[in-house]
This record gives sequence, C-alpha cells and structure tokens, in this order.
Amino acid sequence: MKFTLSWLKDHLETDATLDEILYALTDLGLEVEGVENPAERLSAFTIGYVAKAEKHPDADKLRVCQVETDGGKTQIICGAPNAREGIKVVVAKPGVYVPGIDTVIGVGKIRGIESYGMMCSEREMELSDEHDGIIELPSGEIGQSFTHWLEENDPAKVDPVIEIAITPNRPDALGVRGIARDLAARGLGKVKAQERASVPGAFASPIDVSIDADATEACPVFYGRVIKGVKNGPSPAWLQDRLKAIGLRPISILVDITNFFTYDNNRPLHVFDANKVSGDLRVHLSKGGERMVALDDKDYTLDAGMTVISDANGIESLGGIMGGAASGCTEETVNVFLEAAFFDPIRTAHTGRKLKINSDARYRFERGIDPEWTPEGIEHATRMIMDLCGGKASEVVMAGQMPDHSRAYKLDTDRVQSLVGMEIPGEEQRKTLTALGFTLEGDMAHVPSWRPDVLGEADLVEEVARVASLTKLEGKPLPRADVGVPKPVLTPMQKREQAARRMLASLGYNECVTYSFIDQPSAELFGGGSDATKLENPISTEMSHLRPSLLPGLLQAAARNQARGFMDLALFEVGPAFHGGEPEDQQLVASGILVGHSGPKDMHAARRPVDVFDVKADAEAVLNAIGAPAKVQILRGAEEWWHPGRHGKVCLGPKKVLAVFGEIHPKVLTAMDIKGPAMGFTIWPAEVPFPKTKSATRPALHLRDLQAVERDFAFVVDQNVEALVLVNAAAGSDKALIQDVRVFDEFSGPKAEEQMGAGKKSLAITVRLQPSEKTLTDEEIEAVSAKIIEKVSKAAGGTLRG
Amino acid sequence: MDGLDALRAKVLEAVSSAKDEAALEELRVATVGKKGEVSLKMRELGRMTPEERQVAGPALNALKDEVNAALAAKKAGLADAALNERLQTEWLDVTLPARSRRAGTIHPISQVSDEVTALFADLGFAVAEGPQVESDWYNFDALNIPSHHPARGEMDTFYMSREDGDERPPHVLRTHTSPVQIRSMLAQGAPLRVICPGRVYRADYDQTHTPMFHQVEGLAIDRDISMANLKWVLEEFVKAFFEVDDVELRFRASHFPFTEPSAEVDIRCSWEGGQLKIGEGDDWLEILGSGMVHPKVLEAGGIDPTEWQGFAFGMGIDRIAMLKYGIPDLRAFFDSDLRWLRHYGFAALDQPNLYAGLSR
Repeated sequence: MKFTLSWLKDHLETDATLDEILYALTDLGLEVEGVENPAERLSAFTIGYVAKAEKHPDADKLRVCQVETDGGKTQIICGAPNAREGIKVVVAKPGVYVPGIDTVIGVGKIRGIESYGMMCSEREMELSDEHDGIIELPSGEIGQSFTHWLEENDPAKVDPVIEIAITPNRPDALGVRGIARDLAARGLGKVKAQERASVPGAFASPIDVSIDADATEACPVFYGRVIKGVKNGPSPAWLQDRLKAIGLRPISILVDITNFFTYDNNRPLHVFDANKVSGDLRVHLSKGGERMVALDDKDYTLDAGMTVISDANGIESLGGIMGGAASGCTEETVNVFLEAAFFDPIRTAHTGRKLKINSDARYRFERGIDPEWTPEGIEHATRMIMDLCGGKASEVVMAGQMPDHSRAYKLDTDRVQSLVGMEIPGEEQRKTLTALGFTLEGDMAHVPSWRPDVLGEADLVEEVARVASLTKLEGKPLPRADVGVPKPVLTPMQKREQAARRMLASLGYNECVTYSFIDQPSAELFGGGSDATKLENPISTEMSHLRPSLLPGLLQAAARNQARGFMDLALFEVGPAFHGGEPEDQQLVASGILVGHSGPKDMHAARRPVDVFDVKADAEAVLNAIGAPAKVQILRGAEEWWHPGRHGKVCLGPKKVLAVFGEIHPKVLTAMDIKGPAMGFTIWPAEVPFPKTKSATRPALHLRDLQAVERDFAFVVDQNVEALVLVNAAAGSDKALIQDVRVFDEFSGPKAEEQMGAGKKSLAITVRLQPSEKTLTDEEIEAVSAKIIEKVSKAAGGTLRG
Repeated sequence: MDGLDALRAKVLEAVSSAKDEAALEELRVATVGKKGEVSLKMRELGRMTPEERQVAGPALNALKDEVNAALAAKKAGLADAALNERLQTEWLDVTLPARSRRAGTIHPISQVSDEVTALFADLGFAVAEGPQVESDWYNFDALNIPSHHPARGEMDTFYMSREDGDERPPHVLRTHTSPVQIRSMLAQGAPLRVICPGRVYRADYDQTHTPMFHQVEGLAIDRDISMANLKWVLEEFVKAFFEVDDVELRFRASHFPFTEPSAEVDIRCSWEGGQLKIGEGDDWLEILGSGMVHPKVLEAGGIDPTEWQGFAFGMGIDRIAMLKYGIPDLRAFFDSDLRWLRHYGFAALDQPNLYAGLSR
C-alpha cells in the first residue's frame, strides 16, 4: 500500500515529522517497506538568477550565461532555447548529482569555453517529463534551496511517498483514512472529520438493480446510480500527480476517480458506460461455462458460483473483481452507471484465485471493505464525478440490504496484563479502542464496521497492546517447568538420528542436505515417481516428485561434484524419504555413497578404488552406533538399483531389513551420468529394535586368566559358498569353548582352480578357543579341531585344504 | 699367588680394546672360560695350604667378577654403538605426507539445529517432529487459516496431486512447521513446551528463496504464560545462540493468523563493513515472528483457551545459520558442493552443548 504524506494529511491533522510517522507506522504493525522522499534527492539544487546571457562564439544554439548563485557569479553554458537574461533558474553546481541524466556535474569546457554547472529542466530533476527548456521560476531568492521553494509553491513535487506492508487482517489500512486513524490512536494527531457528501438525484435511475435470491450472500447490498452528460478526459493535475506518486497510471477522470476512492477510503467502485448497458442490472451467480472479456482484455471462462453482474446482453462484470470490457468506460463515455456494492470476501477470494485475476478490487474485497461506507462512498464518488466531469445524477437505486456486522466483545482490562504482560490503565485502554472507532458500552466493546478482523476478546487485547507499543514490552523470566537439572528431551529416534549423523561424519563422509523432491526419471530409478508422490505445482521438472530414497539426490550431488573435478567423494544425508503421498508415508533414512578412490594419490600405496566392503564397514559402524544387535544376517535380493551380485541386506530375519549396502547398479549410474563405480548404503534407523528395558547397568565382565589358543583352518569349498556359512558352522561346533571365528583369507580365481579344481576356492578361518576351567591339553585341542572340520565340511560341503 | 695383578691388567686392557663381540667372546673363553687363564688359576687352589687358600681364593673370585663385569659392560657398549650406527642409516624424510584420512563434516543446518535444541532443551522444550506431507487441515485450518484466507495464496504452497475420484482436498507440503504444534497439542495436551524444527516448503526460487528451507518453531503453553515471557525467552535465546553478552530485541506489532497479539521481532545489530555484529549498532534485523497462541488454534489442538494460554514463535534455521556463520547464499545450502561442505561444515565431534559452548 502506497500513499503520499500530503494524502495522509488530507485525513490526519498532525505536526509529527515524517520520521515520527514512519516509526509509528512500523511500530503499529503497518510496516514501512520504503520511503521515497524527493526532497532528499534534490536537496543540493539551489535557485539562481541569469544576470547575462550571450551567444556562444562557436555554437549557434549555446549560450554563455552569467548566473548569480549562493556561491557568487558563475559561468554556465546552456543549450536550452529559453536560457536568457532575467530568469530565475534551478542550478546544479559542480559535484551535484542530477538524477534525470544520472550524472555528477563537473567543471568542463564546451566548445572552448568553461562551464561551472548546469541549469536544469524538470525531466533532468525527475520532476516530470517536461524537457522543452530549463525551469523558469516565478519567484524565489538567489541561493534558496529549490526543495524549500517547492515545498512552499508546488508541494506535490516533493511529497514523500510511503509504502507499507499490509497484513491480511487490516483491510481498513488499505485506505489512507484507515492509516490516519491508527496514527491518531497512537497520538500522532487527529483524524479530520469527513464531511458527508450527498448529491440529490435529479431523476429516477433508468437502470435498476436486483440481486437474485441465491446471490444475497455473495452480494448482500448494491448501490448504483446513473450520471448523465459527463465529459470524460484526462484528470486534473492534482489527481494525476497523486495516482502517479503511488505508481498508478492515470487513464481518464472516471477511471481515476474509482482508483482514488479505492486508495483513499478502501472503497472500490465500478463505472459502467450506461449507454452500453442494455436493460437493468442483475447480480447473480454464474452457472459455469459463461465467458466474459474483462477490462484487462482477457477472455475468462467462468465456473459455477461466481458472483457476476449481467444485463440483457449477458455478463457485464465480475462482482468485486473486474468489470467487463463491453460495458467499460472510454474517453467518449457520456452517461455512466456508478456501482458501489459489498461483495463477500470468501467468494471473491475463490473466484479471484480460480481466474488468476489480481486486481485492486479483488485484493480489497477478499480482505473486507467497510460495508457501512457503501452508501456514503457512492455519494462522494458522485460528487467528484460531477465536480470534474459535470453531468446530472439520478436517484440512487439499491438492492439487498446492509449485512449485519454488529458484534461486541467484553473488554477485560486485566487481560492485557495477563496475556501480554504490560500494565496499561483501563482508562487508556478504553481511550485507545474509542480512537480506533470502537464504541464502548459498559465493558462491551462494539466493533467498527471497517474491522472485520476483530472477532474476539483477544483481538481487543491486541489492539490495545499494539497502539500502546509492543516495543515497550519488558521481558519476564519464564520459570522452569521443573526445578533442578533439566531432563533430557530427545526421543530415542532423535538420538539415533544424531548418532548416525555424527558417526558418518566421523567416518569421513560429508553431510549433504538435498531437496526432498527430485525429477521423475531419477525417482523411478529408485522405485519412486508414482503419481501419488507427484507435486501438483512443482517449481520445475527437476523437482517434480517426492524422493523415494536419499540415494538419487546424493548421486546427483556426486555428478555435480565430478563435473567440478572432484572424483573421490564420500557423501551422506540423514533425512526423510517418501514412499507415498500421505502424511504417514514418510520415514527417516540415512544413506551414504562412496565414489572413486579411498583417498588422493599418495606415496604409501594406500590408495585403492572404494569397494563394497568399505560401505559394509561404514553401515555396520552406524548400525552399531544406533544400537543394532551385533548378530545379524546378510541376505541378498535387494531392489534392482543394486548390483545383483554385490550387495547385502543387513537383516534380523528375512523380513526385518535394517540396512542395505552394496554397489549401485551400473545402469543406474549411466542413467544419472555418474562416472562409476559407486558404492552406497541405506539404513532405516526405526527398524532397529528398541531395547525393551532401559538400564545403564552393563552385564558383568568375566575375564579368564587361562591362555586362549588360536588355530587356523583352510577349507576348499565351491565358489558360491558364502563365508558366513563356514563361520557359523565353526562357531557352532563348541559354543562354550569357541570365543571367536574370523575369516582371514580367501583364495579364488584361475590359480586357485588350478590347484584345487574347477569351481573351487579356499577360505581360511582363525578359531579362538578360550578355556574357562583349566589349560587345554593337546588332545582336547585336537578333539575340538576335528569337530570344527567335521561341522564345516558338512555345512559348507568342503574339505580341509591339505 | 703371584702375577694376579699383572693378569688383571692384561685382561682388562684386552677387554677395553676388543673391537667387536666376537673378539670379546674369544677373550671371555680365554680368561673366564672353562680352560681360561683365571679358571686354570682357580683349579690351583686345591693344591694350596689352607692359609694360602684363604688369601688366594677371594682374590681370584674378585678377579673373576671383575673380568665378567668388564666383559658385560664392554658388550653393552658395543651393542649401543652398533645400534647407533644402524639408526644413523635409518633416516626418513618426515616432511613427506602422512597417510591420508578422509575428514567428514556436519552440514550447517544439522549443526545449527543441534545448537537450537541444546538451548531450548535447557529451558525444558522437547523436540517435536511431524510429517512433511500434510493435510490442509493441519497446515491451514487448524492454524486459523480458512480456505479463503489470503495467507493461503501468499504462502506459495506446494500441493500434492490428487488421483481422479479422490475428493479430499489435496495434501500440501507443509509451508511451516506449525502443523507439528497442532499435533503436539493433540498428543500431549497442556502444559506443553516443544520446539519443532524441520524442512518446510514454498514454491519460490530466486536469489534469497529456495523451494525448501528449514524452520524451527517454539510453543509454550501453561496457565499464566505471557508475551513478556516470550520476550525473555527470545532474548535469552538470541544471546546464547549468537554468543553475545547482551542483545536488544524490538517487538513490532504484526499479524499472523495463528497468534494474537502477534509481533515481528528485530534484533539490534550493525552491518559495519559488511560484517554483522549482533547487539550493537543502529540497524535492526528482522529474525522471527511470534505471538500469543490464538484461542482458535488452542481449540483446534484440543486445549481449552479459557484455561490455558501460551506463546509461539518461528524462525528460519538456514537464516540464523547464515547470520551466525556468515554464509552468503541460501541456495548453496542445498547444492552439496564439496568445497562448500568442507568450508562451512562442522567436525563430527563438535557436538554443541551448554557446558562447552555452542561453537568452537
């Protein structure tokens, strides 16, 4: 909402300075977003007097002027046709910035003669488009500040323009008068009385109005009248200046007047060209499918239930939003029908949103105008039309009835103290509300018709506190809910999330935060991209679907980094993934990827391509950090974006998958333009079972003093036998004695097959035996070894390697 | 016994001039070995008179001990010398690089969320979370934003697509974390203290906006919580978060559908030389919105507004991270540029807490 200081002063009698007004506006909740004060821009220009003007010896169109200024007599070369002796001019001395030509004036030579400044036109000072010659002032003292002269003689030219942000609850402040009322309540002056305008009708309105029974909620009340014999044309300068100052383009008097009242009093109006209206006007709801070309020259197709105004020709106007082109006013309009109505905010909002029309009228009606001022508004507008365009007004025709907006709430003056924490005397509270237009009856506050936002006692508190100034509020300690050491607040899942994140960072991964939505092809590669996860209004096709997994986002991040020349990457993210479009279809996952090598090229020969066992170790470390059991199964058969032979699911039983690790399928990498291979893992922290009881106590530690014995065994088995089979078989052969079984070697490939036969490989394990009673004898060790060999041979179908 | 002194002198001289361990061993055999000179002399003891033996015995034993000690000392000396000589040859260029180790980082959003959590946990605020795909009831209606409310249009809401025939209003990607407040109220009732951090979404993308960003909202409900308490909590938060001793907050009246009265909160700051300093200077920086929870919102949360009241506030996690750590561009937060992650990220062990401080 933009307005000028002088416009404000039409409604507010005040001595406050501009700065005081700006501070109060922001503090009242009418946040100042910008101020344009032309006086500041022009403060360096002064008035001069051309004492002498002679033709430039070397240029026909230039004149050498001797100008008296506040700095004495100065020589200025000027090319303006009206530069001559005896006129008062506006001078920019060297060093002054001239906005209209975006230049700082310097001392220069023009065709060999020195010039010490510039005499300016209105355009050069951005005061108007006038550039036929330099400004000639009818009065003013030599050396006087030009802005001071303007303030006295042409204040509109230096009228500060103020722009404020209006929160949706304050439609009243969409009119300058409402803003004045707020400032007055704050103590910055008095609202000027608005004289009642009343223009008696000279004849009966030839156009009548009706509201259909089913439209009385959409448009409860409608006033209108015909004004005959008007002369439309450009508006007078004062009106044009006002509208231009707030960024509106003057169009014609009739249109400008409707815009004026829209901003002056938050009273949108509409004028029909009465000659183009056929028959009477009828307010009704659209059936759906009708079409209308609006004043913006766009063709709209209506849905059912929109508020429209029709005549015998059809729909002429979208009530409260925009008039139709067919019955619009032009320069040639002679007879007009002036409309002032009240349209329902909700229906206006829905219609406007549906048709995507953003008009000043819609903006105001959907927030709520003052219905009571509707009949007043039509009189004021009639008078201005007749003042500026002449003509004769008919009687006012009216349909419907004024909606009942009356309501009152109890003013509990203690509530300000208990809710806000400010002490404001009751009398002052009542004064504030009265100044804002509330009527107090005992402790009941009746809400003024222009404040549709006030809907309860809390609103009264807000009004009082806002006007008193929340800036004055003093903080007051919030007591702890419980005395003593604060209790921890994180849930077990939140602790897991933190543990996973910090563990991954400590394992050398860089945490990323990628968008929750990705492109459909990438989503599809990871089992997503369904319509259920589609955004109706995505910002781009790159962000069209909720991500089914964190991996595609991380892989895209890897591709971007590869493009920047970073080939060795360890990236992770902990965040939500979505398997559907319902609120409950979201789950927390932690994913990481490794691409490239384990590290940069180095002299220790430590560099190697990352592989599956890197991500397996990292996934296990995270699982361990979030409390997963040590004993898990590693199963195959995860989704198709994993390399079919190089991945594992970390499971507690076939259905309980805690994590998946592995190599990303090469096809996926190709599709996502990643120079592979890439390893990855995904962990579902919620799948890890929570301990049934929580106790800080650890189980007792039993240390054995007897020496442990380690024995190594190598077995020849088929290629596809998994190591875990051997480990489990060995461990199971004597659960009391065997403390640990570890695989320490795998020998496979052509050389191995040469030695052990086709399709064979060797796996070597170390078994650690821990006696608990007495030291093991050789015989006992032999006995247990025999059992291990037997069990493993049976389980893995292998033999001890000779 | 004669000649012992001469023998001692001869042997000790030989020991001290031995060149290596082999010479030393030879010398040992020749002196204290079974057939060595000293041993042979000891054999002679048997043929002596008791008186002679009493003199010669201890003298011979002493000589034997002395020779053994000299041999051992010389042996140790030779070993040291040999080790020293070897170590001299074992020289490494220690300016060569160490074995590389990847250094991981925590994203600023996670770090700042942890900082905020640490501060509010101390004031008794738990951390509440909720779904990011929300029904329009939780995201709007329950927060006193009915369907026609202009705020719905102004929020640039992302809508989920609806299957044909599904007549429910489309779900939205939550435009704020406020729906979590509603869910917390419904689940826990009053009194209540929670913060709600998390991802939020608005269809806006330019220099200073990304379609996804992060918010943390706070909610405190009790019988007599006032806006003055809100101001104190925010003052304490801002001081602790920005790690300054003093800070001035300005409450400006504003409007949010879900609070009443509502205030935008500015903090005093200076931008001298492009560097933000909190708590001094003449500028004001808007950092959050706040207010007293609207009675209708309490009702939607199943809490009786005649009995309970409270405050709520909300701010951008990305924004306060940018302010605190001088991060210039919001869009870079979500770009995963390795250089950015390394530069603005935090070490895994920098877990913010109150006893060690929030930042290093």
